Amino acid sequence: MFRLQLVPAGTNVQFITRRIAYFIFSAVLIVAALGLFGVRGLNYGIDFQGGIMIDVKTQGPADLASMRSTLSDLDLGEVALQEFGAPDDVLIRLQKQPGGDHAQQVAVEKVKAALGTDVEYRRTEFVGPKVSEELFLDGVYAVCGAIFAILLYIWFRFEWQFGVGAVAALVHDVISTIGVFALLGMEFNLSTVAAILTIAGYSINDTVVVYDRVRENLRKYKTMTLPELLNKSINETLSRTVMTSVTTLLALLALYFLGGEVIRGFSFAMIWGVLIGTYSSICVAVPLLLYMKLPRRAKSSGEVAEVSP
Amino acid sequence: MVYFAKWKIVVVALVCGFGVLFVAPNFLSRDAAEALPEWLPHKQISLGLDLQGGSHLLLEVEVAAVVKERLEILVDSIRTELRKARIRYSGLGVRGHSVTVTLKDVAKADEAFGLIKGLDRGVTPALEDGGRVTMTLTEQAIKERTDSAVEQSIEIVRRRIDETGVREPTIIRQGTDRILVQLPGVDDPERVKRLLGKTAKMSFHLVDGNVSPAEAMAGRLPPGSMLLPSSHEKTSDGRPRMYVVRKRVMLSGDSLVNAQPGTDSRTSEPVVNFRFDAAGGKKFGRITRDNVNRLFAIVLDGNIITAPQIREPILGGAGQISGSFTFQSAQDLALLLRAGALPAPLVILEERTVGPGLGADSIAAGKVASIIGLLLVVGFMVLTYGRFGIMADIALVFNMILIGASLSVLQASLTLPGIAGIVLTIGMAVDANVLIFERIREEVRIGRTPISAVDAGYSRAITTIVDANMTTLIAAVLLYQFGSGPVRGFAVTLAIGIAASLFTAVLLTRLMVITWLRRSRPQSLPI
Repeated sequence: MFRLQLVPAGTNVQFITRRIAYFIFSAVLIVAALGLFGVRGLNYGIDFQGGIMIDVKTQGPADLASMRSTLSDLDLGEVALQEFGAPDDVLIRLQKQPGGDHAQQVAVEKVKAALGTDVEYRRTEFVGPKVSEELFLDGVYAVCGAIFAILLYIWFRFEWQFGVGAVAALVHDVISTIGVFALLGMEFNLSTVAAILTIAGYSINDTVVVYDRVRENLRKYKTMTLPELLNKSINETLSRTVMTSVTTLLALLALYFLGGEVIRGFSFAMIWGVLIGTYSSICVAVPLLLYMKLPRRAKSSGEVAEVSP
Repeated sequence: MVYFAKWKIVVVALVCGFGVLFVAPNFLSRDAAEALPEWLPHKQISLGLDLQGGSHLLLEVEVAAVVKERLEILVDSIRTELRKARIRYSGLGVRGHSVTVTLKDVAKADEAFGLIKGLDRGVTPALEDGGRVTMTLTEQAIKERTDSAVEQSIEIVRRRIDETGVREPTIIRQGTDRILVQLPGVDDPERVKRLLGKTAKMSFHLVDGNVSPAEAMAGRLPPGSMLLPSSHEKTSDGRPRMYVVRKRVMLSGDSLVNAQPGTDSRTSEPVVNFRFDAAGGKKFGRITRDNVNRLFAIVLDGNIITAPQIREPILGGAGQISGSFTFQSAQDLALLLRAGALPAPLVILEERTVGPGLGADSIAAGKVASIIGLLLVVGFMVLTYGRFGIMADIALVFNMILIGASLSVLQASLTLPGIAGIVLTIGMAVDANVLIFERIREEVRIGRTPISAVDAGYSRAITTIVDANMTTLIAAVLLYQFGSGPVRGFAVTLAIGIAASLFTAVLLTRLMVITWLRRSRPQSLPI
């Protein structure tokens, strides 16, 4: 019977010997991400910046130009119009209105009055300055809290070296994801934070599986050199790593192409996260262990074939 | 040995059976599900506002206004007391959370302090040298005042929303001074927002006939009077017409027992008919009897709705407000008066409204994405692991069933990000089985017999599975803790999905694999 095997048995890719190349790549990635974040900044959605977002469906293809001039006449600051998934679907975004929480409300009424009742209001959201500030802080707390909690868990279950390696890979994934959002100017909102936390969970999941094998092999092969042992661990789990990435990507691609416009940004972030998370587990988290003096009790000689778990 | 305890088999069967039972109502129409007999599960997954359409409003009670109001009442009582006792003072007013006043006659300071220090139990009074008195509201008093204002506001908000006929609104307090309002099925909340935006404090005042508005605006406003704009009358230059009215509240909206929209019998204009309670009715009769021919102003939230002349005493305890209403605005005013006044103004901090069209589109897209994602993953697993893949796929289907059943039982709202969480679970749930199967492959390669390879595969993979899933669970918990609204829905489905995948992968597929092994006793594993 036909069997698909993405990674054939006995595959032995030299990951560890190429580690310097990976480190350089990752360093460039991180520097570029931080640079983009610093220079271009993020395109914060109304969740974090406050402001108004109205999604309307017009009868027939939308006339963006006339809509723009109608809305510009209202004197509500910068008005951004964008086709949203279909020619008759327009996303209108207004800046946070000066004058506190009440002013946002007034602006929504003005826009609705100007557009009239010919359009279907699919979504109306406004977030006042108070709430957007809180949501932003909550997002920061959530990401930092998750990283810290994961560090604690790994530390508790493994040696501290593993915790440091895992969190380094995790931070790598989070920063590079933020960099991609800065590069593409994609809207960064609450669901992006949800995606980042899920990426964190996924990336750690991957890292833990390889680390688990490293730990097992450390007990099993007491005399094998560390680079050799790490490389063996990666290759032994490579088939699983690839399988899980592929099934997750299949599901996410379905979500990206079929799940609708509203969660496309979320699906995109997740797809990127799965790719970078898989890379970082293998090429960052494991090679880093080389530099942290893993404790090895190399008392017994020869290889111990079996150790009961 | 490959052994599965009897009780474990029973547990697995029970969980799967209950899963099917509890998810089943979701495949019926809503009415059919509700018509199910009482002893059968009949709860369907409740959809979040972003899927069923509806409006989410976060309101803030401006508690500073209530605190200030209380201090202003204290200012008034101090003024009255000191005047009565003929004690001279200066600088009487509200400063932050305190009322301050300076007693000019130092000799009488102690006497005066004794008079005013007990006027409000919620303040800490202090007399300094030089006759300066500071009365500061205690934290306790502020908190009590805030709490009662928020509770009262919730009650009024509920009454107003109920009157509009919205079905099953959720109105809950959030934090110290916020109210969360969720209105399922409301896609244009403008009327609700307009109703909630009005404090609806109504009061009746006499118009001050001694000064004209022009004189008052020029600065000759008598101390007991105030200048208020009309809500709809305009002067020739387009500005609201002003009235000079006495500050003293003759009667307030609290005395109303009913208000209904109607039409004036002569002009057939929309009006609001109201009725006072017994005490209010008597007072209204006395006021109108004593002030025939004077103008009587009805003030709502600082605007004069109307200021008609009192032609004759009104003794029945009922009255009529006419003020260029439309039918809608008469109806709204009547509603506001019936529901009562808010203790403090409400500000809308956040609104998220989804129309029914987008909600339905999102559900349809979510369904398609889930089904296609499921088919892709199922096919891929079969291609890779053959018979074992089929078993993992059965487990995956049960995983979906258990997620659906848990959502139905817990009545946790399914949101659009929640659907994304389910699709993600489809991809990630097979991970546990992938780990196990890959391990079994390895064990087969080093020459183990089928049974011992399966045994070793499961026992070795299990710690990895637990560790790997715990970290995702940590992320989900933090997301729930700090996330809000729809994002929480994502955290919920993700967490449920992890729990369900642990169960289905570790117990259900294992049961299937072991049963198959025992029945067919294969010489080699088709993995």
